[in-house]
Amino acid sequence: MLRDITLGQYYPGYSVVHKLDTRIKIILTFLYMISIFLVGDFIGYAIIFVCLAAVITISKVPARFILRGLKPVFIIIAFTFILNMLMTNGKVLFEWHFIRITVEGIYNALFMACRIIFLIVGSSLLTFTTKPVKMTDGIESLLKPLVRFKVPAHELAMMMTIALRFIPTLLEETDKIMKAQMARGADFESGNLIKRAKNLIPLFIPLIVGAFRMAGDLAMAMEARCYRGGEGRTKLHSFKIRRRDIMAIILFLVYVAAIWLERIFHLQSLLF
Amino acid sequence: MNNTIINIENLTFEYNGHDVESVKALNKISLEIKKGSKTSIIGRNGSGKSTLAKAINALVLPTEGRVLVAGFDTRDEDRIWDIRKTAGMVFQNPDNQLVSAVVEDDLAFGPENIGVPPEQIRVRIRESLESVDMMEHIKMAPHMLSGGQKQRIAIAGVLAMHPDIIIFDEPTAMLDPEGRHEVMEIAAKLHKEGITILNITHFMEETLDSDRVIILDRGRIALDGTPAEVFSESEKLASLGLKLPFVIELANGLRAKGFDIPQGILDETALMEEICSLGGRHAG
Repeated sequence: MLRDITLGQYYPGYSVVHKLDTRIKIILTFLYMISIFLVGDFIGYAIIFVCLAAVITISKVPARFILRGLKPVFIIIAFTFILNMLMTNGKVLFEWHFIRITVEGIYNALFMACRIIFLIVGSSLLTFTTKPVKMTDGIESLLKPLVRFKVPAHELAMMMTIALRFIPTLLEETDKIMKAQMARGADFESGNLIKRAKNLIPLFIPLIVGAFRMAGDLAMAMEARCYRGGEGRTKLHSFKIRRRDIMAIILFLVYVAAIWLERIFHLQSLLF
Repeated sequence: MNNTIINIENLTFEYNGHDVESVKALNKISLEIKKGSKTSIIGRNGSGKSTLAKAINALVLPTEGRVLVAGFDTRDEDRIWDIRKTAGMVFQNPDNQLVSAVVEDDLAFGPENIGVPPEQIRVRIRESLESVDMMEHIKMAPHMLSGGQKQRIAIAGVLAMHPDIIIFDEPTAMLDPEGRHEVMEIAAKLHKEGITILNITHFMEETLDSDRVIILDRGRIALDGTPAEVFSESEKLASLGLKLPFVIELANGLRAKGFDIPQGILDETALMEEICSLGGRHAG
C-alpha cells in the first residue's frame, strides 16, 4: 500500500524543457515567480498565461498532471478568494447582513487567485521536468559560490541525495513493521484521533531505531568508499551551458520585457 | 618483492564498554594474506570476524599490534584513503550501502570521492557494471532491484575504485539462495581476474573453493589451512559449534559406514563420481 506513493512528481520525458540545464531552470523559475508580482493587471496575466501554456506544451507534461498539482492548494486558493472578495471596499454589488460583495472585491479575488495559480503551476513545472537527482546536483552547483560564506552546499546536496535514496527503503521498512505489529494484534485503523496516534507508537519507535541503524551502516559504507566530504571530489554529471540554455534565457528576457512594457503602459487602462 | 598484500601482526582490538569491562573482539591475531589468493574467514556470531574485516579497511583501528595493507599501516592517517582504495569492502545489508537513487550515480560515488575525472568515471561505471552483468540496470533505482542485484551493484561500486583486494563482510547473509549463488559466482570470477578476495561468512559451503580457510573463535584463530585440511578436523569444528559442509559430511558419513571414499573431496561432482564408481565396484 505504501509503495504506491510516488516520489516527488517527476514526469519522465525528453523534451527541451526536460533537457535544459538544471541551474538555468531553477534560476529562471525563481525569476518567473518574482515576475508574477510585477504584474498589475489582467493583460499582464494574459501574457503570463500564454507563455506558461507554451512552455507546458513544449514540455509535453499533460495538463491534467499539472492541474492535479493544484489540488492540495485548492483550499488556500478558495480561502484567499473569499477573503479578498469580502474584505475589499468599493462599489457594492450585493449586500446581505454583514456580507457585502463589491466589484473591486471580485476583481481583487480573481487577481489573487490567478497569482497563486501561476506561482504554483510555474514552480511545479520545474519539479515535473527535473529529476530529483539532477535537482540536488543543480542546487549544489548554485550554492557553491556561497561556500565562502560557510553555506554547506555539498553537505546539503548529499543530504538530499541520501534522503531521496532512502525514502523508498524507509517506506518498505514501515510496511514491514506495520505488518509485523499487526500480526501481533496492533490496531492502526480504529478509535478516535488520539487513540490512533497512540497506536502509532509501536510503529514509530522501531522505525526510528531502524533508521539510526541504517544511518550508521551507510556512514560506514560511505567511509569505506573513501567519502571525506566535498573537498577534492569530482562530479560525474558536470553542467554545461548549451545553445538551448542560451535560447531559454533569451526567450525569458523577451517575456520579462513584455511584462515590463505592459506595466509601464498600462494597456488595461487604455482599453477600458 | 614479497607477495603478501595484507599483513596482520599481533592484532588486538578491544571494544570500549562504558559500564561493562571492555571486550576483546580480536585477541593477538597474526595473519598474512597472499596477493591474488582467496581466503574465507568463518566463525560464529561474536567470533570477531566482522571486526577483523573492518580492521583491514581501517574502519576500526588496532588497540594493540598493527595491520599493514599493501605496505600501509592502518594507523597512518595520511594513508587511510590509499588503504580504502586498495581494499574495497562489500557489507552485509544490501540496502544500507547504496548511496544514490540511481545505479549509475551510486557507482560514481567511489570514483568521485577519490577525484577521478568524469570521462574516466563513465568508463569505470561501464566496466564494473559489465563485470557484474548489470549493464541493463544502469538507470534503475536501487529499491527496484532484488537483494542479490543490490549486492551486485555494491560490488560494482567497489570495483569502480579499482581495488586490489575486496573484503566481503557476510554479503550473502541477507540474501535468498539464488542471490547468494549470484554473489559467490561473481566473487569467484573476480578472484580469477586476479583480485585478492577475503570472504567473511558463516556459510560453510561458500568456503570450499577458497585457497585458505581461517576459523575464528572468540577473537582467536582456531584453525587455519586449506579447506581440505580444515574440514578434516571434524571433531574440532564440532566443538567450535560449526557444521561441516554437506559434501564433506556426506563423504565422512559414507566412510564411517565402511565405504571406500578418499579424504579431501570438496565438491559435489567429485563426490558423485566417487559414489558412482563405488556402485560399479559393488555391483560387480
